[in-house]
Order: sequence, then C-alpha cells, then structure tokens
Amino acid sequence: MIEFRDVTKRFDDGTTAVNGLDLVVEAGTITVFVGPSGCGKTTSLRMVNRMLDPTSGTILVDGKDVLGVDPPTLRRGIGYVIQQAGLFPHRTVLDNVATVPLLTGWTRRKARARAAELLELVGLPAELGRRYPVQLSGGQQQRVGVARALAADPPVLLMDEPFSAVDPVVREGLQDELLRLQAELDKTIVFVTHDIDEAIRIGDKVAVMRTGGFLAQYAPPAVLLTRPADDFVANFVGKDRGYRSLSFVDSSGVEVAEVATVADGSAFESSPDWRLVVDADKRPQGWVAPDASVVPGGSLYEVGASIRGALDSALSSPSGLGVAVDAEGRLAGVVTARQVLDVIESRRG
Amino acid sequence: MVTYLSDAGTRAALLDRLLEHVYLSLVPLVVSVVLAIVLGLLCHRFRPVNATLIALSNVLYTIPSLALFAIIPALIGTRVLDPVNVISALTLYTTALLVRPVAEALDAVPSHVTAAATAMGFRPWRRFLTVELPLAVPVLAAGVRVGSVSNISLVSVGALIGTGGLGTLFTDGFQQRYLAPIIVGIVLTLVLALVVDLLLVLLRNRLTPWVLVGKP
Repeated sequence: MIEFRDVTKRFDDGTTAVNGLDLVVEAGTITVFVGPSGCGKTTSLRMVNRMLDPTSGTILVDGKDVLGVDPPTLRRGIGYVIQQAGLFPHRTVLDNVATVPLLTGWTRRKARARAAELLELVGLPAELGRRYPVQLSGGQQQRVGVARALAADPPVLLMDEPFSAVDPVVREGLQDELLRLQAELDKTIVFVTHDIDEAIRIGDKVAVMRTGGFLAQYAPPAVLLTRPADDFVANFVGKDRGYRSLSFVDSSGVEVAEVATVADGSAFESSPDWRLVVDADKRPQGWVAPDASVVPGGSLYEVGASIRGALDSALSSPSGLGVAVDAEGRLAGVVTARQVLDVIESRRG
Repeated sequence: MVTYLSDAGTRAALLDRLLEHVYLSLVPLVVSVVLAIVLGLLCHRFRPVNATLIALSNVLYTIPSLALFAIIPALIGTRVLDPVNVISALTLYTTALLVRPVAEALDAVPSHVTAAATAMGFRPWRRFLTVELPLAVPVLAAGVRVGSVSNISLVSVGALIGTGGLGTLFTDGFQQRYLAPIIVGIVLTLVLALVVDLLLVLLRNRLTPWVLVGKP
C-alpha cells in the first residue's frame, strides 16, 4: 500500500507541481495517474522512490515513511519502468535484467539465472538474453524494461509512461501483457500516462489530475465514465463516454436466441430470413441475405464479456442480429440491439 | 644504411631509444586519461568549471611544445635534462586534448539511462563507474588515439633539449650529416605510432562490444 498524506511539491522556480495530494494506492492493484502535462503525475510518482522529495507532507510505503530510508536502498525495493525503457546500451539484455539483484549482492550466476526466468515470464525467448538493447525492437525493449523492474521481486512497481514511445498496436499488446502479469504477480502498481484510454483500460483505479497539481477525481474507470466529478474530468475523459462505460458492464443478462444457419460451401437459396453461415466447427463465417447473396459478418462477442461488445455486435451486423460465441469461437446465439438496450435500461433502474 | 644497422652496438642503442620513446610518450597518455576523466566529470557536473577548463585547455594548446619543455623545469623545479619535464608537458597537452571529449561524452549519455540507473538504486559513484564512464569510452577512445599519435611525434622534439627517445637519432644525424639514423628514426616513429594505434583500437573494441553489434 502507498499512502500520500497532504503531499505538496514546489520547485525552486516557484511552480507548484503537486498540491496537497491525499491518496491511497491499495496493495495488489493498478492505480493510474493521468492528466495533461504539468499536472504533477510524474512528480507524484517520482516522490515515491525519492527521485524527488516532497516540500511538505508524507509518503508511506507499506506504512513506512519513505523519507526515513536511504534513497538507493529504498529504490532497490521498488521496481521502476521508465519511458523508452532506459536500458543500459553497454550491457546484454540478460545483464540488464540482472541489474538490481547484482546491486543487492547476489552472485553473477544466480542473478543471471533469475534474469533468464524473468525473460521467460515477460514472453521473450531465452536467446535474446545474449543480445544488446540496440538489437531489439521498441516493444521488446519495453518488455526487458518490465523484466528488469521485476527482477528483485519488489512488492511495488512504478511505471512512468512506459508504453508511450511504441506504436498503438504494440502498445495494446504490452497493456494486455501487463494485465496478464499482474493477475499472476499481484503487485502494487502506480502507472503514469497522459492517455486516458490507456488509463481506463488498465487501471483498477484512476487518479485524474489537473494542471497545478490538483487531484480532480480518484475513482474506478467505470465511475469516471458514468459520474465524472466535474466538467474538467468529463472533458478529459472525452467523447462517447456513455458508450465506452458499457465496457465495464457484463453481458450476462442478455439472453441469446437461436438463428437459422447454413453450412459453409453449400448452395444458398433465397428466403425471407437472414441465415448465418457456419463452418464445420460451428464458427460464424458471414451472413446469407434474403436474396441469397453472401455478406461479411459484423463483430462477434463472447458470451458474458462486456455489454459494449454485445451492442456493437448487433449494430455492426448486416442482419441486425449480433452474434455471440463461446470461448472456443463457436456460435452460441444471436441478440438484437433492442434486447441489449433493454438490459442496459433495466440495470439503470 | 646496411652498415649502420649491421653494428650490434647501434642496434642495442636503437632499442634503448625506442623503449625510452615508448616510455616518454605513453606514460603521459595514461596519466592524462585519468586526469581527463576526473576533470571531464567536473565539467559535466558543474557548468562554470566547464567554461573555465575548456578555455584554459585551448590556451595551453597554443604554447609551442619546445617552449613548454623549457619552461617546465622553472615551474616545477626539476633539472633541465630531467625526463619528467617532457612527461609533464605531454601530460598537460594530452589532458587538454581529452577533457572536452570526455565532458561531451558524459553529457551525451541519454538522461533516461542515467535516470533508470538512479531509480534502480545505483549510488552516484557506482553509477559513474559502471554506467556513465563505459558509455563514454567510444568518444574517449577516439581522443586517446589522437593523443597517442601526437605524443609519439612530440617526444622527438624533446630530443632538442636532450631527453632521449628516437628524436636523438634526428639530432645525431643532423650533427654528423649522416642520413641513415634519420631514416631509421622516421621509420621507427611511424611503426611505433601505427602499432600503438592498432593496440588502442583492439582495446576499444574489447571494451565496447555493444558498439560493433549495432552495425551491419
């Protein structure tokens, strides 16, 4: 657990970066600090491992005041992932990951064995360990950065815009990877980003900060989307927040109905109804229109996944029927947008 | 020429001159690498020191070497023929040559790399010795190569004030109007410079394997 108690940071040039921050980061959760530049999110993060010290106030990590611990010792117990990874160009990937264990006095052999385990944990092949950072892609470097931060198994992980320098597709992969790791490792993570979508995607709780170092709202992502504290948060959260908030509602209340199917490869006839084309494993392949022409299908959603997926499936389907599949991708049934909206309405009531 | 080299006494004397030359040119090189790292670190950490030291080293470099060889005994109280004079003078030159590249190489270490090192719990000295300094090696090595060649040629000038080295072959040759020692002196100086440069390149490659992998 990390506790900020009335923390203020004023720099020598007179700017106030953080203003009376009171906030508790629960153990075993991902808390995201998000806001425009100059809102004090990175400054707040850097005060946790004493890269900066507060002007006033107290920061406690697991109940202990950080100002009472010698900075290098404190930092070895707190993982840190930096923008652009910050890997050491002159050390191999394996030795980069082994950095903190070596600093804390492990033998080289033991530290390297631990580093090899971590490369595997973050999904990198072992032979990459012998390479130098310059030989890796941006996404791979970022994974090595995460592995390096986890090497000494610290309970707390600080991540400063770790994925902002990679392209959107790679970023999404890294976010999924982080969520998968977190499910396994259960760390207390503070994650800084300027990207609200990233915050909503990975945060258990999100702290929205505003310029001048004020905390605007601290809440789970679903609450930010449905009940923003003020206009600033509403604006910052952005467009389509009503629709986006459906990501946090599960679709279990939506009953699926049966639908007429035709086997892929058979000859299609005209008929008054739309029919779903399925392959031998019952995986949806597209639709046959009443005039017997074949039309590509819309998005699919997995039964029990978010209701946003169910609604999108119905809205994007050429037949107006959203297609639900099971975990193996086999047809489970179909829903209409009307049905989905009824469930949303009834939940609201 | 053949007669000159066929004499065993001459060959032994040549080897002595060569070893003197190596000693007089490489000791200042090693000392000034250490000095330049210390001064370069000061330049890197404290901006005002930077401007002063760079200006000072530029001025120093404009003093002719022969004049410096002659002034130094007066400054540090050594005898005129003491080899320490040449060593001190060349140390000054080489340090002046190396301070700036060392400071610039340290400035060029990416800030996210040093920040990551600090955040992982490196204490300042360990961070300097194991992260910043190794990353400055490629630039430092380039400076050292220039310094080694320049020292090897400047040591010859020292022979004019009688400090030994291969330069004595030139002074002797001129005095006796005898060409052979002059040619041998030139060839040995060239070979020495090339061999030292080759060794420095090997040492640099050994110290910076990460630089080579980045190239196709």
